[in-house]
Amino acid sequence: MISFEIPKGVEDVAHMLHGLAESLMRKWARWADDHEHEQCEEWVNTMWIFTKSGLKGPTASGSSRKQKEGDTQGEKKQVTYQNLIMAVSVEQLSWGDAGLYLSMPFMGLGGAAIAAVGTDAQKERFLQRFATSEKPVWGAMAITEPGAGSDSAAIRATAELDEKAGEWIINGEKIFVTQGKSAVEDSDGIVVVWATRDRKAGRAGIKSFVVEAHTPGMKVTKVEDKLGIRASDTASIVFEDCRIPYDHVLGDPGVKTGFKGAMATFDATRPMVAASAIGIGQAALDRVKELYEQNGGQLRYGLNPNTLGTAERDLMLMEAQIKASRLLTWKAAWMADTGKHNSLEASVAKAKTGKAITWVTNKAVEIAGPLGYSKHELLEKWLRDAKINDIFEGTGQINTLIVARRLFGLSSQELK
Amino acid sequence: MFCLEPSEEQKMMQETARSFAAEQLRPLAHQCDEGGEIPGSLVDKAWELGLISTVIPEECGGAGMERQAVSGVLLSEELAWGDLSLAMTILAPALFAYPLLTAGTPEQQKHYLPLVCGGKPPCLTAAVMEPVMDFDPGRLACTAMSKNGSYLLTGGKCLVPMGSQAEKFLVYASIEGQKGYGNVGGFIVDRTQQGLTVSGRERNMGLNALDTVGIELREVVVDPEAVLGEGKGCDFSRIMSYSRVALNAMAVGVARAAHEYARDYALQRYAFGEPIAYRQAISFMLAEDFMEIEAARLLTWEAAWRLDTGHDAFKEAYLAKLYADQVVVKVTDDAVQTLGGHGYIREHPVERWLRNGRGFSCFEGLAIV
Repeated sequence: MISFEIPKGVEDVAHMLHGLAESLMRKWARWADDHEHEQCEEWVNTMWIFTKSGLKGPTASGSSRKQKEGDTQGEKKQVTYQNLIMAVSVEQLSWGDAGLYLSMPFMGLGGAAIAAVGTDAQKERFLQRFATSEKPVWGAMAITEPGAGSDSAAIRATAELDEKAGEWIINGEKIFVTQGKSAVEDSDGIVVVWATRDRKAGRAGIKSFVVEAHTPGMKVTKVEDKLGIRASDTASIVFEDCRIPYDHVLGDPGVKTGFKGAMATFDATRPMVAASAIGIGQAALDRVKELYEQNGGQLRYGLNPNTLGTAERDLMLMEAQIKASRLLTWKAAWMADTGKHNSLEASVAKAKTGKAITWVTNKAVEIAGPLGYSKHELLEKWLRDAKINDIFEGTGQINTLIVARRLFGLSSQELK
Repeated sequence: MFCLEPSEEQKMMQETARSFAAEQLRPLAHQCDEGGEIPGSLVDKAWELGLISTVIPEECGGAGMERQAVSGVLLSEELAWGDLSLAMTILAPALFAYPLLTAGTPEQQKHYLPLVCGGKPPCLTAAVMEPVMDFDPGRLACTAMSKNGSYLLTGGKCLVPMGSQAEKFLVYASIEGQKGYGNVGGFIVDRTQQGLTVSGRERNMGLNALDTVGIELREVVVDPEAVLGEGKGCDFSRIMSYSRVALNAMAVGVARAAHEYARDYALQRYAFGEPIAYRQAISFMLAEDFMEIEAARLLTWEAAWRLDTGHDAFKEAYLAKLYADQVVVKVTDDAVQTLGGHGYIREHPVERWLRNGRGFSCFEGLAIV
């Protein structure tokens, strides 16, 4: 039965986080943007209490699909809406401030990967700290390299197996690791690193490995200065003969098995990137609407669109774009919640939303004019913050490519 | 709770509509568009499916099922995927029946609704649009002026579906010439009434197979019992929301039809030694269209769901229409573009979908769920 009713529990979480966003996040938003590379302590400490007490991460549908397709009746009745809750939460936190949201102590992408493909023992060993540690802990994911971004098959970082010692030896350089510094230097965190066991094997040779903070041979070499989301650190991490135990490999270590496990993480996290963008877009729309109305502007829904004012029509289209993006995102999250394979929908949500919100936040600055451009308002910051969502975890183009391949049923060899 | 899967009942209805569209509407769409006519047998066959009468109360001769906008949009998308003119023809009597269902007095319902439950499609329609540049349902130029307890209707309407044959028109007019949705009333006018002139068939860019006419009203007298809802009014803004989600679903259906055709063509058409779908210039355009269709569909579903659950849906339906009107134009244009010169030739249906799709931003009140 088609329904857009948000479960009461989800609504409560959203309401609570909205309050937090309004009070705590907005208070620090401009400060954090002005003080790149500094930790916002009040925020981090408050959020650590929150995340510890069980704000769960998104889960890939693949991991929750324990039963075979066709035998999902029993599962259907117990939809927990974990991904939907997450999407709603991320939206609210990003409405507060997307940079602060990303910087909160949390298992992050790395943790999500472990949750998606890790064994029970691995989950216990690596994820426990996110529920029990006294001090804040961060998780991170290291995929991108100076020479390999969207083309993850071109990864050069290597993982060599020392069979005698029962250890992997990681070598290589990773860049653009979100919260990499926080995970490696500021806490007893974890980093999930993508490295190849055999470059000749292409994507099939790529595996992900968990490296714990303070492991010898892992070092943060740079923290980036960015256009936006400045509250969040973006690190370069170098691995030099970095040895980790054999059972730190995620999924099947065999070279022949594919790299789908790693990609499944994206099915769960891409909708969350979209949700973050939506939060920023909604923030920008809310504020610019306020300014527009203070200025005597009206929003006359129902009128022939040709008779609306330019800004009035833009504001309505912004609202429609945000709404469309949100529904696509919720669809992808709901599919994961109900154990449906959602890689197409996750990419649809991500590609559509990244582009839509970039447009929305640009329009907000444009409509507000000098106020929009001024740092007195947060509108210019939201434009800068929003842009990242069309880039990280697969650029809009990569996600469009994924959608296109699925649409036509073409392989990566056929549709490049 | 949040769920995007139709119920079993809705799935069955969707499936019925889909196969009817594929087997009955598609094969005749071209011919009907070229000839500007629809075989009566086709309309009769569609009528036999009972698409409208199922939601009419049992005491009026219907099946007494709950009217659901969500089911309506699922149905409308499928039929419009088959052909827009045919879909609008098949569903036209609802334009008269559904507003009566929600706003009509018990007497009006008893009098008119049984007409929708017979074996043959009834000649009932509604007249909303007017031949002006910035047509706005909240600012109708057609007026209803009260006089001696009755109303005198004066004004012009256009794009009245099935107007050549219609026996009764539900004409919307602004009461005492006042602006705003709240001042719009529905008036039942008989074809034979004095002061009503029905023009010949209109010629439009698209919708060629749909019989549309213009009508002129000159002080047509409407007695109180023929005023929709009599003294209570008809909640015209809600009627328009039901109409907007219906049109939206049809826009999605037309867009989907064009998009699927272009997708299949792009895989078959070779250029430079490989299918043109292998090129991002084509595949990205069509991938984006796929996302936009999905977005327009979800916006439509949400607005329809709000109507079903008693929420205010005016803004949602309006914004969804604002959105879908753009999507259908882009998608149908891209489909023609994908086929290149072949897309411009009437042998392929994409040019028809472009002509039909172009209409949505100009349409209000041409369909209802």
